[in-house]
Formats: sequence, C-alpha cells, structure tokens
Amino acid sequence: MEKDIKLVVSSSPHILNYESTKSIMWTVSIFLLPATIFGVYAFGIYAAFIVLASILTSITTEVIILTIRKKAICIDDGSAFLTGLLVAMNMPPSVPLYIPIISSIFAIAIVKHAFGGLGQNWANPAVAARVFALFAWTKEMTTWSTPFITDSVTTATPLGASKVALVENFGIGHITSATASSGGVSASGPLEILRLVSPDVLKTDVTYFKLFFGLKAGCIGEISIFLLLIAAIYLIYRKIITLEVPFFFLGTIALSAWIFDGLKYGQGFYAGDPLFHLLTGGAVLGAFFCATDMVTTPLTVAGRIIFGIGAGLITILVRMFGGLPEGVSLAILFMNMLTPAIDRFIKITPLGYIKPKKG
Amino acid sequence: MLFEKTFGSNGVHPEDYKYLTCQKKIESAYVPNIAYVPIIQHIGSPAKIIVEIGQKVEEGQLIASAEGFVSVNVHSPIPGKIVGFEERYISIGRKSKVIVIELDGEFKKTGKTFTNVDYNNFSKEYILKAIRESGVVGLGGATFPTHVKLSIPDGKKADTLIINGTECEPFITCDHRLMLDRSEDLLDGVNIINKVIDAQNVYIGIESNKKDAIQKLKSLCKNKYKIKIIPLAVKYPQGDEKQLIKAITGRVVPVDKLPVDCGVVVLNVSSTIAIKEAVVYEKPLIDRVVTITGNGIVNPKNLKVKIGTLVKDLIEECGGLKPNVKKIIIGGPMMGFSQMNLETPITKGCSAVIALTDEDSKDFEQNAICISCGKCINACAFGLMPTILNKYIKNKLYEKALDSGLMFCKECGACSWVCPARIPLVQIFRMGKDISKKLILSKGK
Repeated sequence: MEKDIKLVVSSSPHILNYESTKSIMWTVSIFLLPATIFGVYAFGIYAAFIVLASILTSITTEVIILTIRKKAICIDDGSAFLTGLLVAMNMPPSVPLYIPIISSIFAIAIVKHAFGGLGQNWANPAVAARVFALFAWTKEMTTWSTPFITDSVTTATPLGASKVALVENFGIGHITSATASSGGVSASGPLEILRLVSPDVLKTDVTYFKLFFGLKAGCIGEISIFLLLIAAIYLIYRKIITLEVPFFFLGTIALSAWIFDGLKYGQGFYAGDPLFHLLTGGAVLGAFFCATDMVTTPLTVAGRIIFGIGAGLITILVRMFGGLPEGVSLAILFMNMLTPAIDRFIKITPLGYIKPKKG
Repeated sequence: MLFEKTFGSNGVHPEDYKYLTCQKKIESAYVPNIAYVPIIQHIGSPAKIIVEIGQKVEEGQLIASAEGFVSVNVHSPIPGKIVGFEERYISIGRKSKVIVIELDGEFKKTGKTFTNVDYNNFSKEYILKAIRESGVVGLGGATFPTHVKLSIPDGKKADTLIINGTECEPFITCDHRLMLDRSEDLLDGVNIINKVIDAQNVYIGIESNKKDAIQKLKSLCKNKYKIKIIPLAVKYPQGDEKQLIKAITGRVVPVDKLPVDCGVVVLNVSSTIAIKEAVVYEKPLIDRVVTITGNGIVNPKNLKVKIGTLVKDLIEECGGLKPNVKKIIIGGPMMGFSQMNLETPITKGCSAVIALTDEDSKDFEQNAICISCGKCINACAFGLMPTILNKYIKNKLYEKALDSGLMFCKECGACSWVCPARIPLVQIFRMGKDISKKLILSKGK
C-alpha cells in the first residue's frame, strides 16, 4: 500500500463538465474564422488588415486596462480576441483602419471594463462598438465594395439598395396601397426591385443563391450566411449557443417581414419576402453570434424568448421605417439594455413551491 | 427509446463510467481482522454503546442500540472481542465514536445458505419490528432510518411504492449488480415492504443505461408479481426522491412536505434487499455491496463488504491505487465526500469508493467570474436560480437568498458540474445555508 499518497479534499461535486469559459470563447472564435476568411477572400487583403487591427487592439487594450485595474492578465480566456474578431466582422471591407482600432478600444475600455470587466458589461462590446462607429463615421461605415472585384468599386448592400431604389424609382418609401409601378414596370418585392436597378447600383444580379453564399456587398463577416450557419449548428450542438434567441429573433423578422413588407410594394398584407430579410444585412451574424452573448442576454429560457422577439421586432421596425437600412445591431443593443429588467421580472419558482398567501 | 419518462427538461448528463464495473458480479470481500464500527451511521441521534471492552460478541450481535425512534441499532459485523473505543473520522467528514472489534470465533451467518420462509403470513407489525431491530437504513446514501419511513402516520395513506433503481450518480454500480445478481431477493423485498404499506401501484424505476437489469426484472415480474418496471431516461439527479416521484407518477412533492404526503414511499434497491434479509433471514444489516471503482483503481470491483472494513483494505483487494490518484471519494462523485486518508471505515451509507485521477477531477476556479450564461438554471432540477443565489450570498444578502429558495437546494451538484466559469456553487450554498441558519437562530432569540 502506498504510504504517503497525497489526497485532495474538497467540496462536492468532484467531477466537472469539460466546458469552461475559455473553451467557450475560443470555440466560438474558431468557428467564426471561416466566415471571416471568406470575407477576406471576397473583399481582398485589405479586409485582413481590418481584422488584424481590431483583434490586436482589443487584446492590447485588455492587457493595459487589466494592468491599470491591478487584475490578473487573463487574455488566454479568449474574450478579448472574440470581441476584436466580432468588431472586425461588423466592419465594411473598406473602412479606414482607424475606425476598427478606435471601435475596439471603445468596446474593451468603455463597454466592457468601465462597467466591471468580464461578466459585468451591460451590452455586447462588439455590437456597442459597431453602433458607436456607425454614428461616429456614418459615411465610412456605409460605404461598401463589391465582392470579388479587385479595383474596389463603391456599391451598396442589397438591403440598402432596395430601400434607396424603392424611393428613387417609385417615389415611395413607406407603406402605401398604391401599386409600385413606374414607366410600365412593376416590382412586387425587394429581389425584383433590385433586378431592375442592379445594373447601376449593385453591378450584379441578385438571387437568393448569391445572398446565401455571400456574393453580395456587406460587412466582412456577415456575407457568407452558409459558413455562419454551419458554425451556428455546431455551436448549438455543443450547447454553447442556445437556440431560443436566434430562433425567435429570426422567426420574428421573417414573420413580420412576411406580414408587413409587402405593403411597401403595394402588395398588401402577407406578401412580404421573409427570405430576403433573413439573407441580407447582419441578421444571421447578429442573431446567432451577437445576440447569444451569455453576459448580456437573459438568464431564463422565457427571458431569452422575450429577448429574441423584441430584437426581431426592433430590427424590422428600423428596416421598414428607419433612416438606416440595417437595424440588427441597434435591436441587439436595445434589448441588451432591457436584459436586467427582463431578468428582474422573469423568475423561476422552486419545484413544489407554493407561494404563501398574503396577510 | 426516444420518449422515456424523466422528471423534466432540467438536469445534466455527466459521463457515467459504469462500464468499469457493471459487468462484474458481486464478490465477497475479505473479512477484516479488525472492524471499526461507528455509532453514527444514520440520520438521527447516535446509537448508544451497550458493550464493554473485553466483551466477546457474536456475528450480528447488537452492540449499540437505538436512542429514540429516529435512531438505528448497530450490530457487530464479525464475531470477536471488543478491544476499544476511539474517535475516528467517518465518511461524511465528521468524527464519530467507533467500536473496535478484533476478529475471533466462528461465523454463524456469513457463508451459510439461508432458507426462504413464506413471508406471506407475516404481520405488518412483525415486519416493521424486524426492520427496526435489524438496523436497516436507506442505503442509497441518505441513511434515513427505514422503519421511520415505513411507519406511515395515522390519517395518511401511501398508494404508490417506488423502488429506486436509478443509480444516477456516475461510477456506482452496486444497485445495478444487485438487480441482476439478486433479482428474486429484490422482488421478495418489494412484496414484504408492500405488506406494510399496502400500495396499489408498485414501480421499480431504472435508468435505461441498465438495459440488462430492466430486461431481467421485466421477465421475472411478468407472471409472478404485480410490480411495474419503469425504464427512465438517463439523467442526473433522477435518483433524488422527489425527482423520481415526478418522473414516474408526475406528482410534485411540495417543498416543505414529505413524499408520503403525496401518497408515495420511495426505497432504494439495496435497502429493499436488506429488508428481505432482515425479515426472512433474520440477518441484521452488517454488510453491504460497495462499488470500488474509478480510473485510479487497478482492478475495479463490486464487493460485498462487512461494515467497519477500512477503505485501504478494500483498495488493496482491488489491486491498489494507480500513481495519478488525486481524490478518494466515498459515495458518488456528484454528492460524495472526499476523504483525508484511507483509514475511513465503511458504514451503512457508503455505496462506493471512487479513486479519481487528475484527469477526472478538475479544480474549481478560485476567482471565478460568472458570465451569466444561465446553464446552472437549466441544470437545476429543483427550480432554483443558482447564479442569482450565488450573487446574493456573495453580497451577504442572506434574506434575499432565503426568499429565492436557498434552503430548497439539495446540493446535488448539477449546477457546479455544468458551470463553465467553474464556480464552486455547492460549496457557496452550503456556507450560505449555515450562515442563514445562524441568522435565523439569532433572530429567534
């Protein structure tokens, strides 16, 4: 018998799940890389500089702030890397480099650490940074380039173009029952309207296929819906992201787009094009990877369902009535702010607990 | 089966490691030369020692008698001589007075074949008395005196009897083996219990990772007994009494009530067999089946062990420890107790001795940061919000923690297991409960 074996004495349980904060952060990061690399491949090497700049700035800022706060440097947990990566994925492919750099500093220093660091932030740092950049440098943040064209030509995103084209070609931007027709042509939805204008604005014909596989203008990380969905499926299988938020987020977008979006084209109710709204803008990137951030979403399943529906409604409101073509990041930011309130009101009752009667 | 019964959408799925021992038949362990028999082996007041140093005892002789109703008799596991009394740490991490018996004399029960007597004519009172005198407790780990559980208060009626064969803790296979190796004894035991409580519905709940046991018991029950075998989905903590009741009957036991208030009595498989031995064979509870397992044990086994055998003897019998052992657990890895040394005696509540290696047993983070992922809320089968309780206790808001149901925590460990930040939630809740209890007491004065 071993004479002097050393035994560890501790509180139960004595076995733990393999998943840790670190493994979660790095798994999400790694599974976001294919979509990012596709973005770099589509928009050229300059996009890679944007990605590198924001990741390096994020990590450097994290180290500096943790040093100032006299905390242990724990950049190996991957949260700074992930924030930097998400900031870059939400950048248009031709922004000047100072924008991702300042946005990353804003994300880490102001949104994350000013409120207490990991686990304490009130909003998703990457989303808040994107909204910050959008309002600080609106022109740069809405200048797009065409994928797979080397001499970067300025273009528009499908979502933006459909909005502009609707106003310019048909003189309507809001709900009207009048038939959207002009000069003998009529359009019954966003895809058709883009086909009418695309030779001028988008330099390419728009199909669902192209939208799905990323042959469209957009932010670096959001264009390849295909690669994002593959990553999302794996992360859901690993239980790193929960299905409630993305399902109800995208479901609400699709449902309300189907019900109301047709009004814009004079088609009445229940004639919208839900697929177009899901495949354009940052809907998939936002719903699966930004709105599922654990810190800033509600704790309970019911809370997360409310979060998802709320974010979906705000997105569609911005897309239909707002001045901006895209509303996903605004919607997530708004629901992030509502999260503490949701958690306050949605509570679980213990099993077999009967509320004592008042009095 | 896709739609097996279970208690709800909560719970966790730890790797079960049952393959280490589930194929190994129960063997009898070596009889210890010296048995260390604690007088605290159950919930309730400690038994009172009724022997003196130097006195000769026979196998199965009463050596400490129950003090009051909620207390249990303790019998000598071996024939021999009382050589002393000492204070010793027992498996649950507290000290107890221990009766030390040196082996000497002849075994009158061990090794003998028992004759089955027809128990159908036994009266309810006789059965209860036999259970009480034999010192039977809940052998799943809770060690609640069985005669107390079976003495149903006047005015209450149990219409359902559930035998707990879930064995939801990883590693442990003693109940699994008992269901296979001693199926008839188990079914007899169920019938004997039902003579006391007279329930219409009798179930044995078994998790479906024990397919062979389900098959065997089902085929045995087909013609002879009116016992229903219920296969359950594999999920922790299904072996908890209230979760099992919810899984099988759909009834929810109120937090401040006992299962019998919902008309249900739950007993463990090992206890059921002990009851048969006590009633039919008149054999007191002096041995139990213990699973000696874990990746740190050279040759894991299911052993029938005399109460009072030291852990180190059992480990030696299983080929010793591997060099990378980190913890020795008595009980399951989710709710068991880690031991300071190998000098702990086996008591009635020890279902397993588990040697965990460095790879099995990860450490909690000292300065863990909660990232509010909510995984603990989905894990908690008792409907608590561990992350919120943790924040309340951290900020010393004990009253709020109590309002949020801190006292309803069963310390099953599902939340700690699932926590990606590796926060020692169960430890924090234990501490919070202790402080809250003191606060309530000081307020009462």
